[in-house]
Amino acid sequence: MGIVDDRLQVDIAGGLQLNNPIMTASGTFGYGNEFSNFVDLDRLGAIIVKGISLKPRPGNPPPRIVETSCGMLNAIGLENVGLDNFISEKMPFLRKIKAPVIVNILGDSLEEYQTLSEKLNDTSGISAIEVNISCPNVKRGGVAFGTDPAMVFQVTESVKSRTSRPVIVKLSPNVTDITATAQAAEDGGADAISLINTLLGMAVDHRARRPRLANIVGGLSGPAIKPVALRMVWQAANVVRIPVIGIGGIMTVEDVLEFMIAGASAVQIGTANLIEPDTTEKVLDGLLDYVEQNGGRPIREIIGTLQTG
Amino acid sequence: MMPFKCNAEVRGNEKITGDIWRLTLEVPALARVASPGQFVMAKGSKGSGPPLWRRPLSIHQVLDDARIQLLIKVVGPGTEFIAGRRPGETISLVGPLGRGFVLPEQSGNVCIVGGGVGTAPLFYLTSRLLGGSVKPESVKVFLGGATATDIMVLAKDFKALGAPVEIATDDGSAGYHGLVTELLNRLEPGKSWRVYSCGPHPMMKTVALYCLDRQWPCQVSLETLMACGISACLGCAVPGRGPTGLAGGGGYLHVCKEGPVFEAGEVAWEL
Ligand SMILES: Cc1cc2nc3c(=O)[nH]c(=O)nc-3n(C[C@H](O)[C@H](O)[C@H](O)COP(=O)(O)OP(=O)(O)OC[C@H]3O[C@@H](n4cnc5c(N)ncnc54)[C@H](O)[C@@H]3O)c2cc1C
Ligand SMILES: Cc1cc2nc3c(=O)[nH]c(=O)nc-3n(C[C@H](O)[C@H](O)[C@H](O)COP(=O)(O)O)c2cc1C
Ligand code: FES
Repeated sequence: MGIVDDRLQVDIAGGLQLNNPIMTASGTFGYGNEFSNFVDLDRLGAIIVKGISLKPRPGNPPPRIVETSCGMLNAIGLENVGLDNFISEKMPFLRKIKAPVIVNILGDSLEEYQTLSEKLNDTSGISAIEVNISCPNVKRGGVAFGTDPAMVFQVTESVKSRTSRPVIVKLSPNVTDITATAQAAEDGGADAISLINTLLGMAVDHRARRPRLANIVGGLSGPAIKPVALRMVWQAANVVRIPVIGIGGIMTVEDVLEFMIAGASAVQIGTANLIEPDTTEKVLDGLLDYVEQNGGRPIREIIGTLQTG
Repeated sequence: MMPFKCNAEVRGNEKITGDIWRLTLEVPALARVASPGQFVMAKGSKGSGPPLWRRPLSIHQVLDDARIQLLIKVVGPGTEFIAGRRPGETISLVGPLGRGFVLPEQSGNVCIVGGGVGTAPLFYLTSRLLGGSVKPESVKVFLGGATATDIMVLAKDFKALGAPVEIATDDGSAGYHGLVTELLNRLEPGKSWRVYSCGPHPMMKTVALYCLDRQWPCQVSLETLMACGISACLGCAVPGRGPTGLAGGGGYLHVCKEGPVFEAGEVAWEL
């Protein structure tokens, strides 16, 4: 894209302005380079890479994925190359991309989140940090942080204190009250929240009487979770003042509009990338068409315009 | 070659047996670059599904640098949709994907071991081998199936390439009565063989261990569930060996990226 179209611009975390609201969801877009032949990466609102831990993680045994009605379950187990390899092997490519790069981090302990934040703060070419406090796949880690407002507050605060970069806290949907964890993230100093991560689920092979995932349980994603995601985005947007980033089952431009109307300032596309690797750019083109068909009004004007009366 | 997304026009659809079909697709951009052992992710639905995921299918043959063929066994909704496409319709593909078979630089003895529809990629491989440095008399093709009808058409096609074919069936309705892997004992033990295999996992495991025992080079093409085929989801993991493998203290291999073809010794078969 030659010139930036300011009608698509949105503000998210801590003054970070995106050229458009379309981002990639962590874990569904590799480290970006996997998609360079399908999408003009420079055009994206932001690229969020696969979650990074301090040390490389091998991930869970197979089977790790299974297709379900209008969605999929995954128990990848947060396999990733680890921070050092990420910086030395993946960042050189990512630095060449014009789109902002947001690094998703995960940890087993507060200390791991802190060390990750510190080290990434010293790494050039990173526009923001997204903190995964919610991945349901790893037996230790994720679950505990994301489900308890007090711990959400703690993680957010300790990441914030270790980095000058904008911090996005990615919330878990596996809670009774999403407004409590959303509020905790804001109180901890988050610049934005993103939601939802995958919903804990399970699939059974009735013939073998066995779970279809080696990990037994996994995270549900795809169109199946969109109604849950929309509900949570709307509830969260009603209680926090910081920008909300909507995630969950987005496949089309209509889905993006629904999330933005419900209160999202931007969105992330996940599972759709796996099926149609050019989804993000198609949706972006669709969004531009929408703006043009609506008298050229900036897209940010529809954020949170849900009429409930 | 970086993978790309394209629409392929169906030019032919031939019924091989009750549930196996051979589709001929006009798709020059793919046909020109696809190497044996590579695969495509084919959309298995109209519009946005179901099913949601694309379906991995091996490149079965390439014709005139313009068309590719797929050999499809119908086992569920995705394969049923794809195998049901008629001439004139189009199919959405992502490819070429994965690392294919490594072809030998010199002539030598080559053995091909295929089980059922797993034979699909071995056909393109065999035609490339015979078109290259390998002589028909130094090739042996072993094909296995549940019953004669499963494998007879494919056996005929391999013979038409000039390759000597031996068959094994589970029910003894054609060829050797038993497992295709038992045919490996027919290979002259004094010679060294380069073995290529694709089929059900237990079959490939037997082939791999047999070859590893004899220090014969052996390549296998593995199958796993795949959500993306483009190394984005990390869902297609299998335990690996060696410095990067699980058995070597490392991790998993990804079938869509480092595979689907692996050296027998790269896979941690015991896990
Ligand atoms: C690299 C690769 C190449 C392939 N090449 C071919 C080919 O050339 N021709 C061909 O007919 N098939 C091939 N397959 C298998 C094919 O992709 C599956 O049969 C197909 O995805 C099934 O989809 P479906 O919707 O028809 O059935 P589904 O309803 O998805 O599956 C039917 C049943 O088969 C099981 N299953 C599906 N895929 C696999 C798998 N990969 N391993 C183990 N169990 C599985 C499911 O769990 C289910 O029980 C290949 C697979 C891979 C990974
Ligand atoms: C295969 C896979 C891997 C994922 N890995 C991560 C991850 O590493 N970190 C994270 O925060 N979320 C991860 N997610 C969750 C997604 O980023 C996203 O929140 C979720 O899938 C919902 O969006 P979707 O329905 O558009 O996929 C993963 C999802 C999938 C399907
Ligand atoms: S199938 Fe997604 S990484 Fe291999």
